[in-house]
Amino acid sequence: MRIGVLSLQGDVSEHLQMFARLGVSAMEVASPGELSHIDGLVIPGGESTTIYMLAESSGLFEPMTQMIKEGMPVFGTCAGAVLLARRILDGRADQRSCEAMDIAVRRNGFGRQIASFEADLDISVIDKGGAPLRAVFIRAPIVESVGPEVETLATYKDSALTEPTPVLLKQGTMLASSFHPELSNDTRLHQFFVEMVKEGSS
Amino acid sequence: MNSHDDTTSQKRNGDALAQERATGTYLVKRGLAEMLRGGVIMDVVTAEHAKIAEDAGAVAVMALERVPADIRRDGGVARMSDPALIEEIQRAVTIPVMAKARIGHFVEAQILQALGVDYIDESEVLTPADEEHHIDKWAFKIPFVCGANNLGEALRRISEGAALIRSKGEAGTGNVVEAVRHIRSITSDIRRLSSADHAELYALAKQHQAPLPLVEEVANTGHLPVPLFCAGGIATPADAALVMQLGAEAVFVGSGIFKSENPSRRAAAIVEATAHYDDPDLLVKVSRGLGEAMSGSEIASLNLKLAERGW
Repeated sequence: MRIGVLSLQGDVSEHLQMFARLGVSAMEVASPGELSHIDGLVIPGGESTTIYMLAESSGLFEPMTQMIKEGMPVFGTCAGAVLLARRILDGRADQRSCEAMDIAVRRNGFGRQIASFEADLDISVIDKGGAPLRAVFIRAPIVESVGPEVETLATYKDSALTEPTPVLLKQGTMLASSFHPELSNDTRLHQFFVEMVKEGSS
Repeated sequence: MNSHDDTTSQKRNGDALAQERATGTYLVKRGLAEMLRGGVIMDVVTAEHAKIAEDAGAVAVMALERVPADIRRDGGVARMSDPALIEEIQRAVTIPVMAKARIGHFVEAQILQALGVDYIDESEVLTPADEEHHIDKWAFKIPFVCGANNLGEALRRISEGAALIRSKGEAGTGNVVEAVRHIRSITSDIRRLSSADHAELYALAKQHQAPLPLVEEVANTGHLPVPLFCAGGIATPADAALVMQLGAEAVFVGSGIFKSENPSRRAAAIVEATAHYDDPDLLVKVSRGLGEAMSGSEIASLNLKLAERGW
């Protein structure tokens, strides 16, 4: 089993380090041919407009989208979640997404960098009785609507929010987070994704 | 240096959920720099430029009144940009907007923070406001990027709270030679630290005029505690790929885009070259027929070397 990390722009190496710590084979994916070597894909954090543009120009966008829709496990973090979403709000006019996961995502919904933050999340849905996960949100998107087939695995709520907002979502073989699990020292979400890939390739 | 520690880990006391937002932490500051890796940050002087940069795939823009080449030509004191210009650019694009404050001018930085810019560049391109002290960057919630010619300068800026380092190069020249000198100097000094034994680190810290804990950290990890980008004189896709191959994690392009014949095409080509910096076939493709690059200057002909500012 090998996991690919879309390596066009963004914090690719943090994801690779996470898989290295878990003892899982991982590789960078920067061209269409490399897609055939992987069993699952991570779309990292970065600038979603740039990643989209580079995915399009490198010829990766169409085959990658097709493989995701055909059930290749995928994990999108922050910009990666934007790229997976069925609908992007406040995107660049020509920006497209894979339209694979039934969520609508507002880019930078939490605000500019001055509003970026870290906070604890309850992830007991995937780690029963486990410690909270320290999550880092950088100019993070807000998931504004969630389709019926999407499972919300974690939400965030503090005194500034009236309702809990979904921040970790799963639909079939797709996993998305509006925060950056790759920036903290906690490997549990990457482990969770590795299990999803194992199930997919078995 | 305690603010340096990543507070992020799963070890928390009991089950209490620290759910209130912690903003402006070191990890949050450095986090945005990590997201810019592999990308191009472009100097823009109007909202229209900013749109061109965003459409070409820039990961961020640097809002300023004059690109460095014009600052050089015009002379006089170069200061923080008019807030109205920065706001106009913030409205024009969805990507991060950075802006420059003068070295040591912490009030310009306070104004930029109040404007909500995404990153503050404490920059030698502007005329320094303090010839002894840089801004105490720990006092801000907005992250700072600072220039450095060498490892010691980089570590001094990090000790003051910089969350991103860019090698300085020589801004406004369209000449990559100083950028190469500075990125090479930093990466080769890092390699030297990595191979030193612990007893040597005390003398090396003194030699680099840098805090020992940071010197130890670099020696142990083999890289800076924050990302290392490259700036100052990048004018072509090949220049961008060159500094990336030399160890830069992203590039700043100032005058090189909007002082060229076809900014839009050149900008997109530099974005491609930065992403695929080790693919010569792609570099051929994106370098073809871009029109004139900015004309550029010999370093020996300069009256003013911006990289000498900062201490």
